[in-house]
Amino acid sequence: MLDTKIKNEIDHWIHKFPEGKQQSAIISSLHAVQHHNEGYLTTELMIDVADYLDIPKIQVFEVATFYSMFQTKPVGQHEIAVCTNISCMLRGSDNILQHIEKRLNIKAGQSTIDGKYFLKNEEECLAACTGAPMMMLDHHYIENLDIKTVDQILNDLENNND
Amino acid sequence: MTDLNQVIFSNINDQDPWSVQAYLSSGGYQTWKSILTDKINKYSPEMIIDTVSKSGLRGRGGAGFPTGKKWSFMPESSQQKYIVCNSDESEPGTCHDRDILKYNPHALIEGMAIAGFATGSTVGYNYVRGEFMVECFPRIEQALHEAYELELLGTNILDSGINFNLHNFLGAGAYICGEETGLLESLEGKQGKPRFKPPFPANFGLYGKPTTVNNTQTLASIPKIIQNGADWFSSFGTEKSPGTIIFSVSGHVNKPGNYELPLGISFDELLAYAGGIQNNKSLKAVIPGGSSTKVLPADIIQSCTMDYESLQEAGSALGTGAVIVIAEGTCMVELLKRISRFYFAENCGQCTPCREGTGWLYRILDRITKGNGKINDLELLVDVANRIEGNTICAFGDAAAWPIQSFIQHFFNEFEYMVKNRGKSMAA
Repeated sequence: MLDTKIKNEIDHWIHKFPEGKQQSAIISSLHAVQHHNEGYLTTELMIDVADYLDIPKIQVFEVATFYSMFQTKPVGQHEIAVCTNISCMLRGSDNILQHIEKRLNIKAGQSTIDGKYFLKNEEECLAACTGAPMMMLDHHYIENLDIKTVDQILNDLENNND
Repeated sequence: MTDLNQVIFSNINDQDPWSVQAYLSSGGYQTWKSILTDKINKYSPEMIIDTVSKSGLRGRGGAGFPTGKKWSFMPESSQQKYIVCNSDESEPGTCHDRDILKYNPHALIEGMAIAGFATGSTVGYNYVRGEFMVECFPRIEQALHEAYELELLGTNILDSGINFNLHNFLGAGAYICGEETGLLESLEGKQGKPRFKPPFPANFGLYGKPTTVNNTQTLASIPKIIQNGADWFSSFGTEKSPGTIIFSVSGHVNKPGNYELPLGISFDELLAYAGGIQNNKSLKAVIPGGSSTKVLPADIIQSCTMDYESLQEAGSALGTGAVIVIAEGTCMVELLKRISRFYFAENCGQCTPCREGTGWLYRILDRITKGNGKINDLELLVDVANRIEGNTICAFGDAAAWPIQSFIQHFFNEFEYMVKNRGKSMAA
């Protein structure tokens, strides 16, 4: 069952669309549900969304598995996504990614065993090409990266036990 | 040097340019208010479309289709019509819509309202890419909230009898949703798989209703064009490519950035704006309009002006104005492999030539870089690319094919060298 807070959030989105077009709120509903479930979706939650929107379950499953921002298995608490597309690659993003992989001892696409970090396998260009290389940390853009800045960011996260 | 920021970013140096106070004090929403008060004599939909057509504004999302013409395709009918903004910015190298959402959100809102009125659309959706969730989305939401507070949107706006309701929407990460019919599918709550055309969105768009989809930069240019007139806008740029465009200059330059400049400036001048090449290296190549456009070697791009015609004559395209600068010493094989990985990962899976072909392209390039390439692989790459091009529902297939064809055309010796030397790069 979805709690009231999530239902209110979904209702907010449903009202943006014409009567009977509540399917349009699937993406927003999944964002809301995922955000309140430690960053990933379960089959039960997807079914809850389908039931609440009164649409076939398959429509929710299709959306959840198509878009890269939805995770369908547990992931680490903090999501790191390093852009490695062309503009970032030209300015050294491969070194940034390799450094993070080495430091966290995981590969892109994996989460750390302690559940603290999820290093997303980012294929898309994140549209911050003039600040390359860059990464997203929990959806916050951090631009003009170098190894020192990355270490500083990771140190700060490690010292912050929230 | 040519003046920067004359249209869309004319207020970029104001304090908090994104605030409604700053926008109003620089004359913002005057155009929309004028339309609301004189929608018959001075600002009928026909007159607005005529002004946009005469201004020569072309879609800045990559395809460069004339905006006025697109608007004129909307049918006369009493059914619900929609105006949709494509803020799903994701063409590799492109990052100017992000700055519009961040620094000039009200220009987009005003532009959408005007576009809505001109096309007879009483509802608008602004589709923002999901990754802009924390940075841009709150700002465009705030701006929308402010516009409603000023009663510039809604029903019977300022007693004009005009209705226009606007909503922001957040995507969830898929390059293909930048394709306009993929975007509409996504907005309907489905996988973003592009539709067969025709019918075009003007006849069968969102929920099957007449819909116009325009890019963020295109729509944000509208208020100033209506306010200052078609002649004013077309006084920038060239006769065939009028107006200004925001160039996103990235890659091996000293000052990467978004530079709003008149179309038709020389490549060398744009490069000078971006501070020249890093580390005093020489220029090797440029991808002039996002990763989907064809790469041009230094000697060709340096004889180009940055407009639709010049780049097309040179064998490439202006695309989104995302100018990716590549310095001497860069391995073109590795670069192409990265581009191919992207198209392989992001194809939607609908059309066989694209779904299968992009995988072939990536795997062939991967084996070449790992030293396992065969000499006929180069011919095979071009053959596969040629079989994708033109054989898919949307332009994604072409976008995957063009880098392959152009990299191999212009830098064949590097590919051949790597195959013959078991993965060793000529650039190393």
